[in-house]
Amino acid sequence: MGRFGVGQAVARKEDPRLVTGRGRYVDDHAPPGLAHLVLVRSPHAHAVIRRIDTGAARRAPGVLAVWTIEDLDRAGLGPLPCKALYDNPDGTPMARPERPVLARGRVRFVGDPVVAVIAETRAAARDAAELVEIDYEPRPHVVETARATAPDAPRVWPEEAPDNRALVWELGDAEAVEAALARAVHTVSLTLVNNRLVPCSMETRGCLAEYDPASDRLTLLVGSQGVHNMRRILAEDVLRIPPEKLRVVTRDVGGGFGMKIWVFPEYPIALHAARTLRRPVKWVAERGEAFLADTHGRDHVTTVTLGFDADLRIVALKAEATANLGAYLSQFGPFIPTEAGGYMYTGVYDIPAALYRVTCVFTHTAPVDAYRGAGRPEAAYAVERALDHAARVLGIDPVELRRRNFVRPGQMPYTTALGYTYDSGDFPRILERALERADVAGFPERRRRARRDGRLLGLGVACYIERCAGGPDESARVEVRPDGRVRLFVGTQNNGQGHETAYAQILSEMLGVDFETVEVIQGDTDLVESGRGTGGSRSIPVGGAATRLAAEAVVEKAKRLAAEMLEAAEADIVFADGRFRIVGTDRGVSLFEVAARAGGEGLDGRGTFQPPAPTFPNGCHVVEVAIDIATGWPTIERYTVVDDFGRVLNPLLLAGQVHGGIAQGVGQALMEETVYDPESGQLLTGSFMDYRLPRASDLPMIDFSYLEIPSTTNLLGMKGAGEAGAIGAPPAVVNALVDALAEFGVRHLDMPVTPSRLWELLRELGVTG
Amino acid sequence: MYAFEYHRPASVAEAVRLLREKPEAKLLAGGHTLIPTLKQRLAQPSDLVDLGGIAELRGIREEGGALVIGAATPHGEVETSDLVRRTIPALAHLAGEIGDPQVRNRGTIGGSIANNDPAADWPAAVLGLGATVRTDRREIAADDFFTGMFETALEADEIVTAVVFPRPRRAAYAKFPNPASRYAMVGVFVAETDGGVRVAVTGAAPCVFRLTALERALAANFAPEAVDGVTVDASELNSDIHASADYRAHLVKVMAKRAIASALG
Ligand SMILES: Cc1cc2nc3c(=O)[nH]c(=O)nc-3n(C[C@H](O)[C@H](O)[C@H](O)COP(=O)(O)OP(=O)(O)OC[C@H]3O[C@@H](n4cnc5c(N)ncnc54)[C@H](O)[C@@H]3O)c2cc1C
Repeated sequence: MGRFGVGQAVARKEDPRLVTGRGRYVDDHAPPGLAHLVLVRSPHAHAVIRRIDTGAARRAPGVLAVWTIEDLDRAGLGPLPCKALYDNPDGTPMARPERPVLARGRVRFVGDPVVAVIAETRAAARDAAELVEIDYEPRPHVVETARATAPDAPRVWPEEAPDNRALVWELGDAEAVEAALARAVHTVSLTLVNNRLVPCSMETRGCLAEYDPASDRLTLLVGSQGVHNMRRILAEDVLRIPPEKLRVVTRDVGGGFGMKIWVFPEYPIALHAARTLRRPVKWVAERGEAFLADTHGRDHVTTVTLGFDADLRIVALKAEATANLGAYLSQFGPFIPTEAGGYMYTGVYDIPAALYRVTCVFTHTAPVDAYRGAGRPEAAYAVERALDHAARVLGIDPVELRRRNFVRPGQMPYTTALGYTYDSGDFPRILERALERADVAGFPERRRRARRDGRLLGLGVACYIERCAGGPDESARVEVRPDGRVRLFVGTQNNGQGHETAYAQILSEMLGVDFETVEVIQGDTDLVESGRGTGGSRSIPVGGAATRLAAEAVVEKAKRLAAEMLEAAEADIVFADGRFRIVGTDRGVSLFEVAARAGGEGLDGRGTFQPPAPTFPNGCHVVEVAIDIATGWPTIERYTVVDDFGRVLNPLLLAGQVHGGIAQGVGQALMEETVYDPESGQLLTGSFMDYRLPRASDLPMIDFSYLEIPSTTNLLGMKGAGEAGAIGAPPAVVNALVDALAEFGVRHLDMPVTPSRLWELLRELGVTG
Repeated sequence: MYAFEYHRPASVAEAVRLLREKPEAKLLAGGHTLIPTLKQRLAQPSDLVDLGGIAELRGIREEGGALVIGAATPHGEVETSDLVRRTIPALAHLAGEIGDPQVRNRGTIGGSIANNDPAADWPAAVLGLGATVRTDRREIAADDFFTGMFETALEADEIVTAVVFPRPRRAAYAKFPNPASRYAMVGVFVAETDGGVRVAVTGAAPCVFRLTALERALAANFAPEAVDGVTVDASELNSDIHASADYRAHLVKVMAKRAIASALG
């Protein structure tokens, strides 16, 4: 038992349960009478469906239902909505093709669901799925981002988007940028690819739908990042039932990374099956299905142009991106390359004029949506690579070029040319600290030694900034119960980050109660009134602030009762260490005694926090990579990161977020490649045999430290840390690789920089051990 | 997975009888290749004959100077065996490079060579040491055993019972893992044996093969530099999203050098 407060490195409360196999994930649930849903998916990137024959499947043993879109249309299931729709700069609305829950007449990517089969067992459903006969007429496809708008590219939505353009979106002052670039003493451009990633959550997506005829109510147990939004969309847009007729529940979640926010086709189909068959119906993705049918992340091709004056101060930045949205508009697909990332293209630099313009395109690939960082990694990669590149072209040390262009602490609050206001931060200090911790001074000697062993060493630096913890409000309710327990109801959603620990820590400090007495309740639309879920590194900064307000409300309420119990004036009561005392005496009552006096469930208090502005976590990554000349194999030799996350709640949880984020960022930079074959449109990297995820042994120990520069807009002074690692790592790693090869004239490498690419390059350059 | 009947015989003879009675039956050893194949519905055996209950198939012993590894011995046992580390340390090293601990605790040498995956590690050692594959009915020389991609000299109802490794003067294995799967993208086993120098290459081509040009060069001069004069023909090698044939050809030479250097200690 213990009291732990904000700032302490408390070990994760949930770990004993999770690491001993007592977590409760979707597939761990098997209510009596359970039936199973399996989807028949398109084997083609693009084809017209001529005919579907479900007869044999329907007659197969154990089959309960076999549905095509016609059946679901008849049942009144609506399409999956896109909730981030924009207009083009000329005011015309963007292309808005409909996404039915099953393919209607045409399939548009490998994995597009076509037929739903429900049977007594998963095996029976799969057996029957093989009996579904679909007559496809394959059509030409386009899977490459850069080729989507080519005149001869096959069209994904010939009517809605005749040139495969979904949307053009623009931010900044085009005229000012063109004028500044025209006047600039130097201009440097770089075109780069931000590679498509498959989220690869350890627990694949899944859901379990149940129906209670007596109350005519549906329940969906789903691995999600927030139940309320999921309920709203499922009920209002797809099932078209009143939201109170649907309860959505999320228990333990084995990773989401943005992907589990969305409503996917399988969920309404399972719900419809449960209410039609009056049986629980479960669907859980196999790993191969996850590769094909989860939303993917990133997939941009971007050209950045920087203009400099004679002192090498940036006078303008122009970033022009093509963003692949996949075959359909995912729920927030268009938000990612526009609003989510667009404002961040000026990075940590004082840039007087900036323009970001993105063309969102359709291709015959899985829909693209948020993935850890969602738009900000793309921005940070573009600006940090472009700046490094410019330094090499202009013959100046990349670190020096950064120093010259930073927004300085004295400029805070600083409004960027793209319209965000950074409230706080000390970018120069973070950089210098990182360089020192990374022993950059010792790098030349390490490089010489590596060279003697046939290895090329490179040093890369990236300074990132991102935007978190803004957006809508979050609410919390705190209950102090007579039996000595504290319950927190909050609308954020744990996905493995350690919310049980983090919130317990806040309440332990606020209420002076033992850490163990706090129970955190999330993920149930019946128990938690509202919520926005997890995403954008917002849970602790925003949910934590709401929790604090709720705790203050409980204390306020309790104080009145305590005054009564102690027969004293409320003004004379002080609250500390879990007790109300009459000031200057030792007469007092505990919070729980007051809760007992209140009777019933005890006391409760509510709090809502509406962030007045987003927060701006930032930091500096310094990476040393080595390339084995004989084989091209790159290894990360040293990794240093210094972050400014504002006030820190729990350094241990924080380090976990940073380590995991860096692993994903290193994965993007060196390993993860999503290959759709241009010829066949097939996903060639459809399993872990071909899709390389980072492993623990791929990373060195990470030297992580931080400066606490409080956010001035967040109630707790926090900035958010969930995505930062994945944002800073890719440019730092690629900058280091380019540095390793700069002496041979290499200026740029596209991600992922695999051993094979490096070896082919070394061969071209004639570099041998 | 499709439905199948499951059997767990207690002897090799009983297992062979089951294979003869059920022509669509398949042997199950560690299951680390077979079970994923079944789960993906890429195979539909009528029966599975589990070798896990046959004690005579498991274990490592010395026999007339040779090392005999039972077919159902998991990689992890080879990796940690004192006997193997003392007699042919290269085998312990190779076993330790297979997959991860879970894979090494389940996957078996017999399953690996019977499957003859082009990227598997064991075939390099079996061919590189000129081992003998012992089955329920005969002995097959390594040079005759691996006949093609996923193909071996085994008959449909034949069971590998053990692999007999002669002790080399020196030997070593160097592996360049496929970045994603960690199977061998190129693995080179080099051995100086009583019968001469042998070099076996796995991962690079559709089937494990001997690099005879290098064997000749090493017979004259057992040193890493001997590799420099040898050309590896890329036209016979695999090319995929992970490595071009040229890259593989190059890696064969790099890994050969590293294996030789490590054999020389
Ligand atoms: C994640 C993962 C990573 C891996 N990494 C590697 C790696 O790096 N290197 C590597 O070499 N391998 C690797 N493997 C393969 C693994 O090491 C096993 O060697 C392989 O799966 C075969 O052995 P098994 O015992 O599992 O055979 P099973 O899967 O049970 O059987 C394979 C085939 O052999 C047949 N068979 C089995 N035993 C016999 C016998 N005694 N006689 C005749 N036929 C038989 C079966 O009928 C079946 O057709 C990996 C596997 C996994 C799952």
